[in-house]
Amino acid sequence: MKNLEDLEKKINSELTTKINNTEIKHNQIYIETDKEDIIDVVIFLKTNQDTKFRQLVDITVVDYPEQNQRFEVVYLFLSHEFNQRLIVKYSIGENEVIPSLTSIFPSANWMEREVFDMYGVSFKDHPDLRRILTDYGFEGHPLRKDFPLTGHSEVRYSEDQKKVISEPVKLEQNYRNFDYESPWEGTKYIKEEIESNDKKN
Amino acid sequence: MTKKIKNLNLNFGPQHPAAHGVLRLILELDGEVVEKADPHIGLLHRGTEKLIENKTYMQAVPYFDRLDYVAPMNQEHAFALAVEKILKIDVPIRAQYIRVIFCEIGRILSHILNVTTQALDVGALTPSLWGFEERETLMTFYERASGSRLHANYFRAGGVHQDLPKGLEEDIAKFCETFPKIINDLESLLTDNRIFKQRNVDIGVVTKEDALDYSFSGVMIRGSGVPWDLRKSQPYDCYESLDFKIPVGKNGDCYDRYLCRIEEMKESVSIIKQCLAKMEKGPIKSLDGKISPPPKAEIKQSMEALIHHFKLFTEGYRVPKDEIYTAVEAPKGEFGVYLISDGSSKPYKCKIRAPGFSHLQSMDYLIKGHMLADVPAVLGSLDIVFGEVDR
Repeated sequence: MKNLEDLEKKINSELTTKINNTEIKHNQIYIETDKEDIIDVVIFLKTNQDTKFRQLVDITVVDYPEQNQRFEVVYLFLSHEFNQRLIVKYSIGENEVIPSLTSIFPSANWMEREVFDMYGVSFKDHPDLRRILTDYGFEGHPLRKDFPLTGHSEVRYSEDQKKVISEPVKLEQNYRNFDYESPWEGTKYIKEEIESNDKKN
Repeated sequence: MTKKIKNLNLNFGPQHPAAHGVLRLILELDGEVVEKADPHIGLLHRGTEKLIENKTYMQAVPYFDRLDYVAPMNQEHAFALAVEKILKIDVPIRAQYIRVIFCEIGRILSHILNVTTQALDVGALTPSLWGFEERETLMTFYERASGSRLHANYFRAGGVHQDLPKGLEEDIAKFCETFPKIINDLESLLTDNRIFKQRNVDIGVVTKEDALDYSFSGVMIRGSGVPWDLRKSQPYDCYESLDFKIPVGKNGDCYDRYLCRIEEMKESVSIIKQCLAKMEKGPIKSLDGKISPPPKAEIKQSMEALIHHFKLFTEGYRVPKDEIYTAVEAPKGEFGVYLISDGSSKPYKCKIRAPGFSHLQSMDYLIKGHMLADVPAVLGSLDIVFGEVDR
């Protein structure tokens, strides 16, 4: 469907039980669903004559370490036919295994490998779940928020051993992360007061 | 007596001139026929996304130059658009034209490199020598506008960093007059060349369906006959007001993709000409002092400008909590940025969607059943740059 509102209604009416929330923002539809329903939702979006989201643009994960369900899995879809973009999301806990989309979209293969590599989220029924971007034998999942920016180990050529070795990172100076909590808009306690006053008004 | 024949495993790369970067391609060969291809990527992985999470929005821009380093400004464009949409700021019209001009220059840069090096991979040396001379001219345009030949760091949320220097517009216009002749020269070397055709026609054929399933975009999908270009279908900046055509292929093979690229370069020249004709004097970045830095002269006079300058280059600007996916038609395909902001001056997450990633993924599907000698031809026509594949 060409019209975004109609499309939202259509998706809502067809998938009532499987969808928790929909929203239109920045000319795109954002859908929240559950891990159990993702396959059904994706198959519907891909095959239905009124949606035709025939292309999976990307898969990614967002890490919110302070939340109970730590990871939010995000799928981006594109419909060439109707010139629409759609984003499907659901939250999962840390050690949960999620279904793979490789049987529906072959391009999901590397995207899921990347998610596995960067966040350590495992996929069920993935044909070839290996690391993809990091080095052979790499440990940890770099895009998790608790992974340090400098990493854990560094690689160098050892003149003594005549080979490339990896050692724990040694920094001359620690990575400095300056916190510019801004006095621009006033200090925090004043800011909060102003905000609460604004709400009252 | 029967003898058991084992397939041969061949390592293509990580250092191979036809791999266009650091690609380790493990090929399983049955005689000279490729049975399976397993690309190992990540040898150029620099953790761009992680680094961006730790930088302010302004400091994140240079990382985009280092993705697809043959067309740096196209990537910056995607990021700038994403931030602008969240901040809901308008870009002055002159800045839009400048950005489009440099995006199209980037497209020409990338297509020259791809067309000529692909020809080099299949045995033609001259095109690359002729093409690189033009790239040199284009890179001096980059240098004159931004101060740097490659890693421009020129686009900002709300416009561009600085106005074009005197005389640059005229020189770009002059280039637009001479360049079509160079394209014709390149075509006279390649388009009807028997060897070039033998190496490219019917090689690496992609059907329409598969192009969609494998998340192809850009020339890869247009070569297969899908008329899809984000500049037309989801126009950004001033593309809506410009008149240009979208070349579409028919057979989806390497040769059609080559033809698409050649035609696209001609269209780019026409877009640049139109922009130059329509461009007027005016501001080149958002006038909001909270987002774009004030001119140097003003800092000497105005206290407020000084404060703005200081805050912008220490804390940076804050971006309200939101999430957005924006994509641009980069030379290689759909380059997208999925940006999540949390109200601070640093992005909470910035996922980069690189077209080359999904193109290279299909290597196994494309090359299965082809001869070993076709590997460089197919790889070349995928237009792979490892900066963006590995991120």
